[in-house]
Amino acid sequence: MTTPLARPKRKNPLARTRLPSAPPSPRSRTAQGLTAAAAEGRFTLQVCAECQTVVYPPRDACPSCLSPRLPFKDVDPCGMLVSETTVRVTSETYFRERVPWRVGMVKLDVGPMVVTHLHGDTCEGARVRLVLKLDRRGAPVMLALPEQDTPDMADDPELRELTCDPKFRRVLITDGRNAVGQAMARACAEAGATIVFVGIADQWRPFPGDAAIKAIAQVEIVPLDLTDTDSVNELAAQNGARIDIIINTAEHVRAGGVTEGTSLTSARETMELRYLGLMRLAQAFGPIMRMRGADGVIAAAAIVNLLSVYALTNWPVYGVVSAVEAACLSASQSLRAELRPGGIKVVNVFSGPLETEWYQTLPPPKVAPAALAKAVIEALRHGLEEVYVGDVAQDIRARLEVNPKALERELGE
Amino acid sequence: MMEKSSPRAASTRQGYDGVVVCVPVSIPYRRYSTNSAHWWIGRALRELIAGAGLRLKDIDGLSVSSFTVGPDTAIGLTQHFGVSPRWLDHVPFGGASGVMALRRAARAVQAGDADFVACVAGDTNHVDTFRKTLSNFSRFAQDAVYPYGAGGANASFALIAKNYMNSYGARREDFGKLCVAQRANALVYPHALMKKPLTLDEYMTARPIADPIHLYDCVMPCAGAEAFLVCREDAARSLNLAGVRVLATIERHNAFQGDDMQIRGGWARDVDDLWAMASVAPADVDFVETYDDYPVISMMQFEDLGFCRKGEGPDFVRAHRFTNDGDFPHNTSGGQLSVGQAGAAGGYLGLVEALRQLTGKALGTQVADARLGLVSGFGMINYDRGLASAAAVLARPQ
Amino acid sequence: MNTAALLSFAKAISSGAVRVVDLTQTLTPEFPIIALPPELGQCAPFRLEEISRYNERGPAWYWNNFSMGEHTGTHFDAPIHWVSGKDLPNNAVDTIVAKNFIAPACVVDCSKESTADADFVLTVPFLEAWEGKHGRIDAGSWLFLRTDWSKRDARGYANLKEDGAHTPGPAPEAVKWLVEERDVLGFGTETIGTDAGQAHHFVPPFPAHFYMHGKGRYGLQCMANLDLLPPKGAVIVAAPLKIRQGSGSPLRVLALIAAE
Repeated sequence: MTTPLARPKRKNPLARTRLPSAPPSPRSRTAQGLTAAAAEGRFTLQVCAECQTVVYPPRDACPSCLSPRLPFKDVDPCGMLVSETTVRVTSETYFRERVPWRVGMVKLDVGPMVVTHLHGDTCEGARVRLVLKLDRRGAPVMLALPEQDTPDMADDPELRELTCDPKFRRVLITDGRNAVGQAMARACAEAGATIVFVGIADQWRPFPGDAAIKAIAQVEIVPLDLTDTDSVNELAAQNGARIDIIINTAEHVRAGGVTEGTSLTSARETMELRYLGLMRLAQAFGPIMRMRGADGVIAAAAIVNLLSVYALTNWPVYGVVSAVEAACLSASQSLRAELRPGGIKVVNVFSGPLETEWYQTLPPPKVAPAALAKAVIEALRHGLEEVYVGDVAQDIRARLEVNPKALERELGE
Repeated sequence: MMEKSSPRAASTRQGYDGVVVCVPVSIPYRRYSTNSAHWWIGRALRELIAGAGLRLKDIDGLSVSSFTVGPDTAIGLTQHFGVSPRWLDHVPFGGASGVMALRRAARAVQAGDADFVACVAGDTNHVDTFRKTLSNFSRFAQDAVYPYGAGGANASFALIAKNYMNSYGARREDFGKLCVAQRANALVYPHALMKKPLTLDEYMTARPIADPIHLYDCVMPCAGAEAFLVCREDAARSLNLAGVRVLATIERHNAFQGDDMQIRGGWARDVDDLWAMASVAPADVDFVETYDDYPVISMMQFEDLGFCRKGEGPDFVRAHRFTNDGDFPHNTSGGQLSVGQAGAAGGYLGLVEALRQLTGKALGTQVADARLGLVSGFGMINYDRGLASAAAVLARPQ
Repeated sequence: MNTAALLSFAKAISSGAVRVVDLTQTLTPEFPIIALPPELGQCAPFRLEEISRYNERGPAWYWNNFSMGEHTGTHFDAPIHWVSGKDLPNNAVDTIVAKNFIAPACVVDCSKESTADADFVLTVPFLEAWEGKHGRIDAGSWLFLRTDWSKRDARGYANLKEDGAHTPGPAPEAVKWLVEERDVLGFGTETIGTDAGQAHHFVPPFPAHFYMHGKGRYGLQCMANLDLLPPKGAVIVAAPLKIRQGSGSPLRVLALIAAE
């Protein structure tokens, strides 16, 4: 049984902060196929296109028929834990700081034997299910979970090391003026965050939901305007060391394409808030979070970007916004690489049109702010890196995989 | 139309008549060395040539095994050492390197491709060498083993040992018995790094490394080199060298892929060939040098090489005494568990020791009237199991 | 005036015989700006980005880039700002005759009334009563509306409710009267705009903008320290940046007052 995580004691202000160390991250290029699956929380292994053999560890030729066609496919993650050990001596600092560390070998029903991390509730000889997770260095790893969920299983130390669970963490919602920010604050509070900092720009300007958000016990309103470097820096200076998760809810959605419908002023505002705002967050909070990546059970864990799925391919109806979102997506990849040494995840949550005022004229399906918030919490709990929320986002993703050019044309119709 | 028959023909292994192995060389191990692998290999080569009464230019065959000689391989070493062999081999098979180098060299000499093959294994051990070797050991290890606790071989063999214990009822005491006996053998072996007697109680209460592996199940990585010379029997005689005869050898890679976990090594597949070729039976050998990283693997070797049946390893261990004065002298110099594991030289340790035992030149306790010895090698845990296995039956000079 | 008189005026400033009162709000990112529906074009707030500060980007010097709208912070409105003044000659900040940037001011104190009623509207009778006390409003002078609004915190300053801003300002006929009957140079306030917060409901909407700019007069807003000025007698220096065809500009507004 997992021991439920106790609310962490206040940090000793005189104690040195443990610096993050990295689990071993080099992987073969082929093994990066697992990274893609782990980023989305899928369980895939290579399946031979010719003889259907399920292959692991990742290979470049099928060990049954030597076929080079070994695509990664979703497979049944269930199997039996055949043998386990508890590593107590290790050559890597990362594990040295975390031993004893259980690992085991799982015989998957689909064939392969898998060396895997073990959740505390797994036992030798019992059925387990494997999940693929990204470790603190963003590399894919296997973790065996008990076949059925167990109480408080999310609090298992080996699992929590691979997730960004908001429980007991301190979260910053960058913009609480909009519906998404407010839904996110509520969701974080419900998910057990101890403090939910909610950034409010232009506090002199009233906004709907003001009273309701302040009524949430964990919420602490902070002045924050992502278009104002000083404001971001000031918050980081005051609270940066006690923010473990940032969820960037700042939005600036205006319909209009590149040729017309969008003024340069408006485009600049979008860019200023979304792209440069992300950069300001990164510059102010990134280094602090990276340093706090191993700061106990509530170590700094994640920056969540809420992105339009049209960051992936432009929808000219929202042409300028799509372009700015693409810039944000690109920046997030840089950010991801830069924060990886600290074990900080950059989570990109893609959604189609939201059920908010700026998508008012669009027909359904749209993503309700509460649904988006729920998806973000789930992503953090599962340690995901890429999330597609709602039917439109899923649809765009699927069509991109099949024929990106066709999608470009169809969105431009 | 005739059905296409399998290309595999019935194999008839040819003997190694007229080929001998001589000049056992061991460069005393050191826990850590600031010298390079090249330095260690060079020293062993020099001692080998001196011991054989040859000149450098007489060496026309060279076989090298090393984990830490990179970025060089055997070819780079020819220029480094100023040798000009007409036969050259690089044998990167870890714990199976000794026997595999031997059988390749023996065939080269037998075929006239070379007259004097110097077989050398050496590795250095800088302070961070072990970790680097572990983290880069193989692609499968990098992708699918090392990220899981980075326990290295300890963790991998822990899983194998645990499974073996679950399957056949082996107990830690059984493994401990082998370790304690090897330590007793090592106490008089001059090169052994472990010089303190070991009791079963100490073994049992040693700190856990990766359950069920505890401290004394593990070898100590160190720097060192081992070497031997392979040549024709008549050439050895003319140099006044005691030449150990090669009665039989086997090697196998990636055997039993269908086994979920390693419960046996490749020996099991070729063991009948081994004894048939040697024309002796397991009971005939006077001592056994197994690859002892870890004791569970020694136990598997007793089974897979025919000393007992599969699953009887634990009982076999309980029924025998493994010291050099016992009824089953085993790892007579102390093995890697007590001497240390000098990288690929660990794969030579048993073979070099067997040469000394069979020529009556044991540096430690001489096994009485040692006429026949079995040397076994095992190596390269690529993913979840050791892939390489080899064994040789050796006989003392006629 | 001869040179000696002018120089003695300068000396009076340095000696303190003429006091200089700064009527300018500090430019900060937090200072409220005009709130418009979000789908309309927005005036940019003040933003400052450091270029270097004695560091690797400039070892021995400190400087910034700033950005803002023409109507951010304490600022000047030119006639071209409003549709009613779009075709007037010399209606932009770069073409306004420079002498117009220096002029006396009449300061009408409505601070009590504004404190009592955020929607206080300045009327002709109120102005006539003021004239009764302080004398006629001189042609070519600024008319400043003192409300003490600049002393409020940001939220009280913007004073936004669900039906928009509630801040004091002039009635349409008062603006018309000031322009047509008193020929003022312009109208100045402490609030975000020259017009009242609810002036979009007036007829015409935004009368201070409509009438003032329609007649080539100017606006000053977001001023501070009007309480330090005498009802009459202060001389105002308010020179906007020379932006080509600029509709206005942030500026430093100074008042010169005889120290008596």
